[in-house]
Amino acid sequence: MPEMLIRGGRILDPSQGIDQVDDLWIADDQIAGLGPPAVSRHQNSTQPIVVDATGCIVSPGFVDLHCHLRDPGFEEKETIATGTRAAARGGFTTVCCMANTNPPIDSRAVVEYVQRTAHVTGVVRVLPVAAITRHMAGQELVEMGELAQAGVVAFSDDGRAVGSSRIMRYALEYSKMVDRPIAPHCEDRDLVSDGVMNEGPVATRLGLKGWPATGEEIEIARDILLAELTGGRLHLCHVTTAGGVELVRRAKEKGIRVTAEAMPHHLTLTDEWVAGKRWDGRSAEPYDTNTKVNPPLRAEADRRALVAGLRDGTIDCIATDHAPHTLVDKQCEYDFAAFGLSVFETALGALLRLVQAGDLDLPTLVSRLTVDPARAYRLPYGTLRPGAAADVAIFDPSAEWVVDPSQFASRGRNTPLAGQTLRGRVLVTIAGGRIVHLADDRRLAQTPSVREHVR
Amino acid sequence: MNRRHVLDLDDFTADEIELVMQTTDAMKEVLARPIRRVPPLRGKTIVTLFYENSTRTRVSFELAAKNLSADVVNITASASSVTKGESLVDTIRTIQALGADVIVIRHSQAGAPYVVAQHLRGSVINAGDGWHAHPTQSLLDLYTIRERLGPVAGKSVVIVGDILHSRVARSNVWGMTRAGARVTLCGPATLMPPLGGDGLPPVTVDYDLDRALEGADVVMALRIQRERQTGGMLPSLREYVERYQLTPARLRRARPGALVMHPGPMNEGVEISPEVAYGAQSVIEDQVANGVAVRMALLYLLVGERTTELAAAPAPVGARR
Repeated sequence: MPEMLIRGGRILDPSQGIDQVDDLWIADDQIAGLGPPAVSRHQNSTQPIVVDATGCIVSPGFVDLHCHLRDPGFEEKETIATGTRAAARGGFTTVCCMANTNPPIDSRAVVEYVQRTAHVTGVVRVLPVAAITRHMAGQELVEMGELAQAGVVAFSDDGRAVGSSRIMRYALEYSKMVDRPIAPHCEDRDLVSDGVMNEGPVATRLGLKGWPATGEEIEIARDILLAELTGGRLHLCHVTTAGGVELVRRAKEKGIRVTAEAMPHHLTLTDEWVAGKRWDGRSAEPYDTNTKVNPPLRAEADRRALVAGLRDGTIDCIATDHAPHTLVDKQCEYDFAAFGLSVFETALGALLRLVQAGDLDLPTLVSRLTVDPARAYRLPYGTLRPGAAADVAIFDPSAEWVVDPSQFASRGRNTPLAGQTLRGRVLVTIAGGRIVHLADDRRLAQTPSVREHVR
Repeated sequence: MNRRHVLDLDDFTADEIELVMQTTDAMKEVLARPIRRVPPLRGKTIVTLFYENSTRTRVSFELAAKNLSADVVNITASASSVTKGESLVDTIRTIQALGADVIVIRHSQAGAPYVVAQHLRGSVINAGDGWHAHPTQSLLDLYTIRERLGPVAGKSVVIVGDILHSRVARSNVWGMTRAGARVTLCGPATLMPPLGGDGLPPVTVDYDLDRALEGADVVMALRIQRERQTGGMLPSLREYVERYQLTPARLRRARPGALVMHPGPMNEGVEISPEVAYGAQSVIEDQVANGVAVRMALLYLLVGERTTELAAAPAPVGARR
């Protein structure tokens, strides 16, 4: 495999504190280093593949700790093949897929199915997350020892809360032996009941059943206390509320082992979107089921608190909760629609709004998408350090584009951002040294052998 | 009226509400005739699609449509069939293919009429969707107040009961405030939704009915359902009756001649005492009667043949006069 040269971009690698215009070299599917042509460094006679990154940000490939690839069992929504291609388009080179498949990822056999399928059909790295409880039923722990050995990076019953405090305690205790985080979906089922959108004035106006912020915070508080009690590692899935951010902040001050993630949609959208608000000012019809997500889009005050938490590091990282669904799952009454959004392909463009609005600086955003999630799960990715896997995202932060779900690589077209203009687009994604996404052919200097390296 | 659908009152202007009121006056005049039938909807097909039980609203729409010479098809569907795979969108596409100018829909899920509106070329009238809206009910309530008390602007309206689960309350908050009334919502705290901010227009909230009734021009009682007790939101219906039943004694706190309203169906002896329900101040039957006229007005304004004046329909051939 020839070397690869990514030329003239702004190299932004928060893992090393690098922010400079430079060339990036890749060799043997690893990051070789920065700097001028180094033929002497790499004794390779073939011409390098040259990617023109002028005017672009060159960042480590993004790491997503939370997505749903739906495979096995719900292949009509997404497969590992389509999901990883969607991830690649979004700049993600490592994705951790949640366990709520059918069968769920709660046995070595299913873990191996995901790994094998990803190896054969996927284009980015797929790291399975196993369930906390067998069949995600909340009753008995999965075989954490064997599953950790099989390669799962965390345990989560995401999509469902672990209702029992006792089982949650056991999970946090037991997981210490395998040193993997427990990543709960925090939702007090009794309090939330069948709520479908954020409880508040907007839900009142629309007559939809509220999903109160407190329903999330009660379980965040409980799980933080259990993490304190047990010393287990807790990673909180999709924090969405101001109160949740505050609980995490206090837990960290006390030295409790907790990390937390926030999602692009909760960082950029609010419950007003259910009532039809859109960025472009042309309001949409209310009750768009593509705004239905769990936890729900919250109030503006929550969104602001979440952004502040992301900025100061209380919220460690951004994850997508990419949750593709079919048209049938969504084309119905709001109450009956499936929860979840298709996020991979719009994540960066949406998040850059925070930078454009001055709420977050670009290095922090990139950090929260790369090295920070990698640290939370102790993964060796999200960095451009020499010797690291050659995972790179090259994006133009000022390229404008209109979201057209019919053009998604994902089978899930369920996004409320359809028709919205985003500024910032991933042009090239390199995963493990291979070009897995190329939005603009002109970025690639045409050498005869290049095509065979584009997957 | 420059609109295709009636989905909620939140997008009605005060002028539009007034237009509906004035058109309703004309319809009342039609209803007073010996032959209550005029031709402006001749050749139009109105489909009533009810996913939830209803007597008065469905019959009211059916009569309204027939009085305007429309053809009416009534469909009652079970909301449970939706979860068995028959989707609302499929149903709408079918009705569309069969040819419908207006679908009047009642559905237990908030927002369902918006789904219909997106898939139908014709007009949609919301006849009640979940907890969200019941715009024609509010319009007939407005009309009834206007008929009895004159202009609604400046009137004080108290709505008492299960506000949280009430589409009638929500639509009336929009309709009454848009028409210039002051609205007080009254009921137990567990049945009061979060208000303010980006929600409904400003209203007063009072948990104490006796206080809320002071000086009221209109008091509207809402149906209370037994499930609220089993669901833990109310200690008992007995306590509810004690604190919130509209009784003759309580009614005396309101302005003399204050109107008593109820959207039906009533639980007599629970949210309202029979003496009040059938008393001199009750306009509950007027509400039902006005419902037909208001719905005629809306159908006429949405799809009526404007060139046709409200002249009586030609007598059937061979009819004796």
